[in-house]
Amino acid sequence: MSTKRMFLKSAAGAVALAPLLVSASASVGGPRAGYFPNAALQTHEGRKVRFYDDVVKGNKLVIFNMMYTACTNICPPDTANLLQVQEMLGERVGRDIFMYSLTLQPELDTPAALQAYASKYGVKPGWTFLTGGRDDMDLIRRKLGFYDRNPQVDADLSRHTGMIRVGNEALDRWCMMPSLLRPRQIVDAIVRL
Amino acid sequence: MSSFLPDGSAGPSRRFVFKLGAASGVAAAAYGLLSPKSGNAKDGDQVGRSPFTTPFAVPLPLPAVKQPVAALDPPPQKEAGPGEAGRLPHQRWEEFLPKTLYEVHAREALHSFHPELPTQLIWGFDGLLPGPTFVNRIGNPVLVRMYNDLPANHIGFGSPEISTHLHGGHIAAESDGYAGDFYSPTKFGPTLTRAGAYYDYHYPNILAGYDDSPATFGDPREMKGTLWYHDHRMDFTAANVYKGLAGFHLLFDAIDSGNENDPNPAALRLPSGVGQFDIPLMLQDKKFDSSGMLFFDQFDPEGFVGEKMLVNGKIQPFFKVARRKYRFRMCNGSATRFFQVYLTFQGRDQEFAYIANDGDLLEAPLTAQHVRLGMAERGDIVVDFSRYPIGAQLFLVDRIVQDDPRGPDDKLQNPGTPMLRIDVDREPPAPDNSQVPAKLRALAPVDLVSVVRTRRFELERGNGQWQINGRFFDPERIDADPGRGRPEIWVLKNGGGGWWHPLHIHLEDQRILSRDGRPPPPHERGRKDVTVVGPDEEVRVFIVFRDFTGKYVAHCHNTVHEDHAMMIRWDVVP
Repeated sequence: MSTKRMFLKSAAGAVALAPLLVSASASVGGPRAGYFPNAALQTHEGRKVRFYDDVVKGNKLVIFNMMYTACTNICPPDTANLLQVQEMLGERVGRDIFMYSLTLQPELDTPAALQAYASKYGVKPGWTFLTGGRDDMDLIRRKLGFYDRNPQVDADLSRHTGMIRVGNEALDRWCMMPSLLRPRQIVDAIVRL
Repeated sequence: MSSFLPDGSAGPSRRFVFKLGAASGVAAAAYGLLSPKSGNAKDGDQVGRSPFTTPFAVPLPLPAVKQPVAALDPPPQKEAGPGEAGRLPHQRWEEFLPKTLYEVHAREALHSFHPELPTQLIWGFDGLLPGPTFVNRIGNPVLVRMYNDLPANHIGFGSPEISTHLHGGHIAAESDGYAGDFYSPTKFGPTLTRAGAYYDYHYPNILAGYDDSPATFGDPREMKGTLWYHDHRMDFTAANVYKGLAGFHLLFDAIDSGNENDPNPAALRLPSGVGQFDIPLMLQDKKFDSSGMLFFDQFDPEGFVGEKMLVNGKIQPFFKVARRKYRFRMCNGSATRFFQVYLTFQGRDQEFAYIANDGDLLEAPLTAQHVRLGMAERGDIVVDFSRYPIGAQLFLVDRIVQDDPRGPDDKLQNPGTPMLRIDVDREPPAPDNSQVPAKLRALAPVDLVSVVRTRRFELERGNGQWQINGRFFDPERIDADPGRGRPEIWVLKNGGGGWWHPLHIHLEDQRILSRDGRPPPPHERGRKDVTVVGPDEEVRVFIVFRDFTGKYVAHCHNTVHEDHAMMIRWDVVP
C-alpha cells in the first residue's frame, strides 16, 4: 500500500472519527441500516468497503468473528476450525454465505498483516479480513454483540470473544455460537437459518 | 415506567413520549389497528425508552382452557405420520394410547399489550399470548398435534422453526421438545430426519416411578401441578419465547383434584376452577421501542432485561376478585429477569399461604410474604380475600432491582413495581368451601444410600462463551449417561463472575441437598425442576431418571445463555 494511503488511513482512524461514526446510512436500507455504522473499512486484499452497504446489507448469510494476528491462545484454533467450516460450505462461501474476521488490533493489523495471516491459514475466497479506524472497529464489535459488560474483561485482549455472530440482514435474523463447535454443527445451524 | 405511590394510587399524570405525537391512548390504539408492524425497531426508533403506559388500564386476561378435538387427520400413530416432521417413534406408545387429542397452531397473530400501545404481531400458540391453558388429569394420556404455521419469510427477531417443550413434564425424549428437534414445513433440525407441517407430542400423563407403581400411574408423591410449555428451538429459544410462544399446562390428580367441593376425603380442596378461583399468572418483562413496538436485542450476548412488567400478556393489568380464597399459580416466563413479588394492602405486606414450588405441592403450606422466582420457576400461593372489605385494592409488587442481565441486585427496592392490581369488588357467588389443609403432599425420602454416581457440572464463562464442564452444547454429543432408575447426585457449581444461572434439568424433579453445604430454604426443601445457582454457589441435587430412555437436555434458563450454548445433552440409558 502506498505511504500516502497508509497515512490517510491512520489519519482517518485517529482524527476524523465523528464523520465516520455518524456516516449516513444507505439510501435504500434494510432492517439494520440504522443500527450498524456504514464505516469505511479495508479488506486484507486492500479493497475499501463500507461496513453496512458492502458487508452486512442484503439477503445473504454473514458470519463474523473477532481475531488479531498476534493472538496466540484463541485465534489459532478458532481460525483453524472456521477453515473447516469454510471447506464444508464449499462454493456457497463467496456466493450467498460470506465469512468475515474483524481485527481487535486495527493499529497493528494492516491489510498486509491480515493478508499474511489469511495466507498462512490457507483461507479461501469468500472469507474476508477487515480492519479500519479504532473507534469504528470498536463500535462495530459492540454492535455485533462481541463485548463483556465487565470493562476489565472487555479490555483484556487475551479474553476476547470466541463466538461467531451469524445472521441474515434482510431477514434480520441473528444468532451466536462458539467458534469451536464441531464444524458440522456450525454448518448445520447456518444452513438452517 | 409507571409511577406508584405507597397508598396504591396511580401517581402523576401521563407524559406523552410518542414519537408519532399521538395525543391520547385512543389515537395510539387506532393507529396500531390500522398498520400492524412486525415488531422491528426501525431507524430513529429509540430503544430503552418504552413509552409511558397507564397502569391498571386493562383487565387481567384469563387464558382459555384448551379444548380437545374428536379426531386428528391423519390419525396419530407411533411412527411419524404423513406430513409430520421426522421424529423418532413414540416409546411406550401402546401402553399409553392417547385418550384425549388436541390440535394447536403456532402462528403469528395480532396482540395488544396495552390499549395505549399499537396492536402488533406476535407469535403465539393458537395465536395467543400466553397460549391456551391445558388442563389434564393424571392417568389420562393425551396427544398434542402442534402445527407450525409461523411465517417462513419472517423478518425480525425469532426464527420460525419450533420445538415445543412441556417444562416439568415427565415425558419420553421424542416428545420432550428437544432443542435439535425443531421443524417447520420446509426446515428441520439436526436430530430429525425430515421437515413437516406438524409434530405430535405424546403426553402419557403418568408420574415418575410408573414402572414401580403402575396402579397409581406412578408414585403419587411425584405429582406435579403447575407446568408450562414454551418453544425450545436451538439458538433462538430466547427470541421465540419472548415473542410469545409460552403458556400454562396444569395437571390434576385425586389429591389436588381441581374441585373444591370434592367429596373424596383425601382431596385437598384447594381453591378451584381454572380461570375462576384457580388463576395462572405468567409474569414477564418486556421492552418496547419509542413507537411502542415490542423490542428484543438480538445482539446482547449476556441476557435481556425488559422495562415493562406484564401479567398474562398485558402490562400492569387489574383483576377483580370476590371475598374468598384464590389460588394463584405464578410462573417466571422471562428471559433474564428474576421476580420477588409481594402482596401489599394500604402499603403493608400481606401474608399468604405458599403451597407449591415448581409445580410441586410442599409437604405443608408455608406462611409467606414474598415469592422469589428465577426464570422458569413457578410458585403457587393461596390468598384469602375475605380478610378485606369490598373496595379494597391490593397490589402484586415486584421488588427486584435488575438492570443487568447478570442477575438481580442484592438490595431490593421498596415499594417496588406493581405488576397487578387486585380489586376486591364482590361477595362470592356461593359459600367458599375451599381450604388450605395443614398437610398437602407427602414427600418421598431421599435415599442417599441408593446413589450410584456423583457428577459435577461447572457453569463457566470464558471468552464470552458459556460452558458447562468446559464444553459447548452439541445436540449430537452425550455429556452424561445416567442409568434409568439409578439415582445420582449432580453437583452444580457456578464459576463466578457475578452470573446467576437457574439450571433446569428435563424429565425429572431434583431434590436440593445443600446450597454451599447448608440446607436449602423451606420453600426449596421439596421437589424442584429449576435450581437457581447463584454467583460462586455450589448446589448439590439428588436426581433419578425413570420410565423413559433417550436424549434430554439440562441448561441454564436464562434463555440467552441457553442460546449461547449453555446446555448439555444427557441420555437416560437402560
